[in-house]
Amino acid sequence: MSFDFTEVAVRDVSRHYGRRRALARVSLTCRSGEVLGLLGPNGAGKSTLLSILATLLAPSTGQVCYGSHTAGQAGPALRARLGFLSHDLHLYPELTARENLEFFARLYGVEAVSERVTTALGRAGLTARGGDVVSGFSRGMRQRLALERALLHEPRLLLLDEPFTGLDDASVAALVARLHELRATDRIIVVVTHDLDVAERLLDKVAVLKDGRLVAFDDAHGRIREHYRAHVAVGDRCS
Amino acid sequence: MFLKVAWLVMRKDLTVEVRSREIVYTTVFFAVACVLVFAFALVKEGRPLEDAAAGIMWISVAFAGTLALGRTFERERHSETLRALMLAPVSRPAIYVGKLLGIVLLLLIVEAVLVPLVGLLFHAPIWNRPLLLIALLVSGTVGFSAVGTLFAAMLVRARSRDVMLPILLYPITIPVIIAGVRGTAALFEPVPAVDLAQMWLALLAFFDVVFVTLSLWTFEPLMTE
Repeated sequence: MSFDFTEVAVRDVSRHYGRRRALARVSLTCRSGEVLGLLGPNGAGKSTLLSILATLLAPSTGQVCYGSHTAGQAGPALRARLGFLSHDLHLYPELTARENLEFFARLYGVEAVSERVTTALGRAGLTARGGDVVSGFSRGMRQRLALERALLHEPRLLLLDEPFTGLDDASVAALVARLHELRATDRIIVVVTHDLDVAERLLDKVAVLKDGRLVAFDDAHGRIREHYRAHVAVGDRCS
Repeated sequence: MFLKVAWLVMRKDLTVEVRSREIVYTTVFFAVACVLVFAFALVKEGRPLEDAAAGIMWISVAFAGTLALGRTFERERHSETLRALMLAPVSRPAIYVGKLLGIVLLLLIVEAVLVPLVGLLFHAPIWNRPLLLIALLVSGTVGFSAVGTLFAAMLVRARSRDVMLPILLYPITIPVIIAGVRGTAALFEPVPAVDLAQMWLALLAFFDVVFVTLSLWTFEPLMTE
C-alpha cells in the first residue's frame, strides 16, 4: 500500500458505450496541489471521465497514468490513494454516521480507526450526531460526512462529482474552505461542477468538455466564464 | 485480509437488516404466502398430495431467495454504495463472499420458518433425519445464493433487473433445485432413503464448489465495467 504519485495524466482517452461515444481522445494533466474543474453541458462526458479516473470504468482506448503507473499496473494499491465523492454520497442511510465511517475506515485498512473517525466527525461538524442514523441527516450534513468518508484514508487524488449540489450558501462556503485546506496538503483534486461562481473561487485549471471532446484546457484564473461562453453554446445547461 | 473484508461486509449487511428488518419480514411473508397457496391447492380434506412437500419447500426457497437478492442489491444501488465497495483497495471477491454470506444467513432464517410450516401443512416428517435435512438446506442455499449474488450484483444497474434476475438465475440453478428436491424427498419417505439423500447432498456440495469458484473468478471482471 506504499504506492504514491504526484501527477495524473489522461492520455488520448476515449470511451464508448456500444456505438455511443461518451469520450473522444481526451488528454489532460493535473499535479499535486492543483484543483482541476471539469465543466460542460449535460452528456458532455464529465462523469464518465471521473469514473475512469476512479478506475470504476476502463477506457476503450488510451490510458490514465498515476505517476508512472497505469491503473492496471498499480492494482488495488492505487485505489488506496483515491477518494471519490459521488453525487450519490456512498453512505448507508440505515447506519449511524460513526458506523458508516468505521466501516469504510476498516475496509481501507486505516489504523487507529476510533480516533480517526472521531476526528472526521469533528471536521464534518457532526460530533454530537455521530450516533444518529444518516437517514435523519440533511443534505448538507450528509455531504460533509461523505467528504470526510472519502478523506478517511488520506487519498492523494480526490474526485468530486457535483459536490455543491443541494447545499446552502454557508455549506458551500464551508466546503470550498475545506477544499482549499486539502489543496494546501498537496492533494490532486478534480471537481465536476456547474456552479461557475464556486469554480472561480476554487479552480486552478479548467477543462471544458462538450459531446465527449475536450474543447478547452487552461489555467483557470479569471478565464472560466470566458472559456465556458466560448465553447458551450447558449442554451446548453452546464451540469 | 480476505476473510476480514468478507466479515466486515457481512456484518454491515446484517446490521442494516437488523435496523430495517425489511428483507427478513418481506421474504418470510412471501415464502409463507407461497406455501399457503400451495397448501390450498394441494391439500384436500387434510391429506396432502403425495411427494409434494419437498418440491413446494424448494420452490418457496427459490422464490423467496430471488426476492431477497433483489432487495439486498437494491439497497446498494440506492446510494451507489456498491461503487464505494468496488473502490475500496480490497479483494473484490472478498466483497462477493461477504454479500453471499449475508444472503445465505437471511435465507436460512427464512427456512427456519418455512420448513416447520411445510412439515405441518404437508405432513412432512422433517424430524426423520434433521441433521441431513439441515445439510441439504444449507448446501442448496449456498449453491442458489452463489449464482444469485453474482447475477444480482451484475444486474444492479440494469433497468430491467427485476425481470432479468429470475430469467438468468432459475435456468442456471436448476441442478441445485433438482438435487435439493430429490434429496429432501428421499428424506421425507416413510422410511427415509438415507443413502439416496447423501448422494444428492454430495452432488449439491459439488455444485456449490463449482458455482462459488466460477463466481469468485468472474466477479471482479464483471464488476469492473
